Amino acid sequence: MTIVGPVLGRLFKAVLTLLAIAILNFFLIHAAPGDPAAVLAGEAGAADEQMIADLRAQFGLDQPFYIQLGTYVGNVLTLDLGYSFRQGAPVLDLILDRLPATLILTLTAFGISLTLGIMLGVAASARVGKPADSLLTGFALIFYATPLYWAALMAVLVFSVQLGWLPGFGYETVGADYTGLQRVGDILSHLVLPALTLGLFFMAVYMRMTRASMLEVAQQDFVKTARAKGLSPSVIRRRHILRNALLPVVTLAGLQAGQLIGGAVLTETVFAWPGIGRLMFESLAARDYNTILGVFLVSAAMVILFNIVTDIVYGLIDPRIRHTA
Amino acid sequence: MTNPVLSIEHLSIKLPDGADRQFAVDDCSYTLDKGEILCVVGESGSGKSMTANALMGLLPEGVSVGAGRAVFEGKNILRQTEAESQDLRGAKIAMIFQEPMTALNPLMRIGDQISEVFEAHKRHTPSERRKRALDLVREVDLPDPEKIIRAYPFQLSGGQRQRAMIAMALALEPQILIADEPTTALDVTTQAQILKLILDLRKKRDMAVIFITHDFGVVAEIADKVLVMRYGKIVERGTTDAVLKTPQHDYTKHLLAAIPSGLVPQNAEVQNSPALEIKALNKVFRTGGGFMKPHREVRAIDNISLSIAKGEVLGLVGESGSGKSTLGRAVVRLVTPDSGQILVGGSDMAALSETELRRARYKVQMVFQDPYASLNPRHKILRALTDGPIAKAVPKEQARARAHELMEIVGLGADAVDRFPHEFSGGQRQRIGIARALAMDPDLIIADEAVSALDVSIQAQVLDLLRDLRSKLNLSILFITHDLRVAAQLCDRIAVMQKGKLVEIGPVSDVFLNPQDDYTKRLLAAVPGGGWGLAEAALT
Repeated sequence: MTIVGPVLGRLFKAVLTLLAIAILNFFLIHAAPGDPAAVLAGEAGAADEQMIADLRAQFGLDQPFYIQLGTYVGNVLTLDLGYSFRQGAPVLDLILDRLPATLILTLTAFGISLTLGIMLGVAASARVGKPADSLLTGFALIFYATPLYWAALMAVLVFSVQLGWLPGFGYETVGADYTGLQRVGDILSHLVLPALTLGLFFMAVYMRMTRASMLEVAQQDFVKTARAKGLSPSVIRRRHILRNALLPVVTLAGLQAGQLIGGAVLTETVFAWPGIGRLMFESLAARDYNTILGVFLVSAAMVILFNIVTDIVYGLIDPRIRHTA
Repeated sequence: MTNPVLSIEHLSIKLPDGADRQFAVDDCSYTLDKGEILCVVGESGSGKSMTANALMGLLPEGVSVGAGRAVFEGKNILRQTEAESQDLRGAKIAMIFQEPMTALNPLMRIGDQISEVFEAHKRHTPSERRKRALDLVREVDLPDPEKIIRAYPFQLSGGQRQRAMIAMALALEPQILIADEPTTALDVTTQAQILKLILDLRKKRDMAVIFITHDFGVVAEIADKVLVMRYGKIVERGTTDAVLKTPQHDYTKHLLAAIPSGLVPQNAEVQNSPALEIKALNKVFRTGGGFMKPHREVRAIDNISLSIAKGEVLGLVGESGSGKSTLGRAVVRLVTPDSGQILVGGSDMAALSETELRRARYKVQMVFQDPYASLNPRHKILRALTDGPIAKAVPKEQARARAHELMEIVGLGADAVDRFPHEFSGGQRQRIGIARALAMDPDLIIADEAVSALDVSIQAQVLDLLRDLRSKLNLSILFITHDLRVAAQLCDRIAVMQKGKLVEIGPVSDVFLNPQDDYTKRLLAAVPGGGWGLAEAALT
């Protein structure tokens, strides 16, 4: 009956999963060609013997393998994700610095896509086969088929360069030093284009899913029962069809929510949005292993977190899962 | 009973273009009196449900009322606006359906689904609605009403769900209750309870009932008047006694003749070596369980021993959840038993390894309940009949020749092997299912509810075929069914299962006419239309 027990169990499993990922991380860095210390030193730009030896000692690379593994896992557990020589800052600080920007962008896009997608999907299914349905479905298909980077570039070109309505890149106006509400407004105006670009693509996915699912549920026996009770079509649609139709949509949204951190690389790059996606892209280009692994770990944690959230939401919607889980 | 509640005049319901006939219902007229139970009987496709759907304004897409009227409270309810039918539905005319498992919204509490009827018709305050829902749950005799209204459908049994459906239908005291095969999906004892409930409620509330069914046993049990429909036309009508005892139309006679009678064959001695021996078989299912959670155990097969002689048909009867299907599946090793032996032609099916099992599987073949789902829709019949034999190394040519031969034997003709499953009717597909089982030349056939999905007249034909094959080919059959009448027709001996246990086993006449176990007695008493007797001579 209660929701606390299963959630505790899930959290316990989540920590184990995260540890497994951290260990995989460890093997990954060891699988990189050459001595990790040499790689790190080379990346840092100076590779004399003394520095490599220092690095070895610093990372405990002169220790036996299992001790190294223990140290690494210990570091991860104490949230020490290492140091980025490229950026000259601890990886954790880098990630925490970028995280808000990414979350603002992806969560806004996620909210837009889910809300609009479900609303339009319901609207289309209620008018199935009519012109409005074809129009909405066609509209969704266009968003779905347009490559994200192209849509992003076009959005910048039209709304920013041509019309000059909205800023085309960045997170806030550099050097303006706005504070308070003014700063919020500034960030919001920067947010519109990237969030819409990212959101409309996924909106199309949710809309198609909702529409198909609504039509399928509408065929089920209990909908006929609801009609036999004399309920109005709108109540039947909202209370009986939509709730049942949402189950597959939630599954899909849960899968996608897990990728909120790393999934916006293209959008962040085009709009010069200073988020995790761009951090990952830059680190890849610069072979900044520690940062990549840090991003990897944080993304993994996010996937696990959203999986748990999805399961909870699923339980809230569907009593069968709540009572048997 | 002179002023009818409902009178239907020359009703025709049009099917979409391209259907197998133009009218689902063709020029039908009848009246329904206050407090009367009218049974509409017919086989699938007879149009018996269509009239009900039209009255409710719930005709499927593409189907429409062509002509005629249905007068209720002085108005033609077939020609009214959607808003008007919405007001009528659930308030004046209510309906219950065949499948209690799917007819309730799985995500809503039972109480909410009942209160919703009041809400739809804007009656009462929310708290009053809840109180009334509780009263209704009490009225339909659901156990622990306080708990039931907070329960979700999946926590209720089939019979309980059907009771909840009835509670919903009764909420606004409708003048007419339409029941569309409401007991078809239920066990006999549950069916008997639901029929009694409907009879009681009819008496208490003086409401008229249109009861749609294919089962003459149910008709005998509850109907005042009967209509028999075929191809959209009413072929016979009259009081229950008149229709059942002195049917006028050939189709009614044919239908009545097709019903397995209550007569059971006399004992026939079977003295052959066993085709199947089950010794002390056990299977326990464990569900739930896991990290800090309790297990739930179901003893599906509880220390069962029985045997089937060569050439014998053993009927295995019981209600859903009795473990009868699990036992059948254990014999083919689709379920691996926990302990015990299953001896088929000398080898113990329960103890075989995976590879040995694959070689021994042909010895036991299954015929399934759903002839539609048990054939691959993309394979021709020839392939369905030869895949198995070829897998056990029968030469291709020989397997093909045998397939042709088998199609002749089951009465479909050798040419039928080149057709696809969708080209056959349900009864024909079940014949194919039997041919497929025979193609493997098995020691034993397990028929799991093999005739349950078929209309009575088709059912009678398939039973004839099985009887015929059994005497010709000396087949041994484990015939699993919930239908005691069918079991009485075909089987030599009957085994009764309840909650995983074998409660009674013996020759048909002993079990049916002189049951020893209380459960068997209850089961037999629950069969609608009851009345068992001994046939004059042994059936062959």
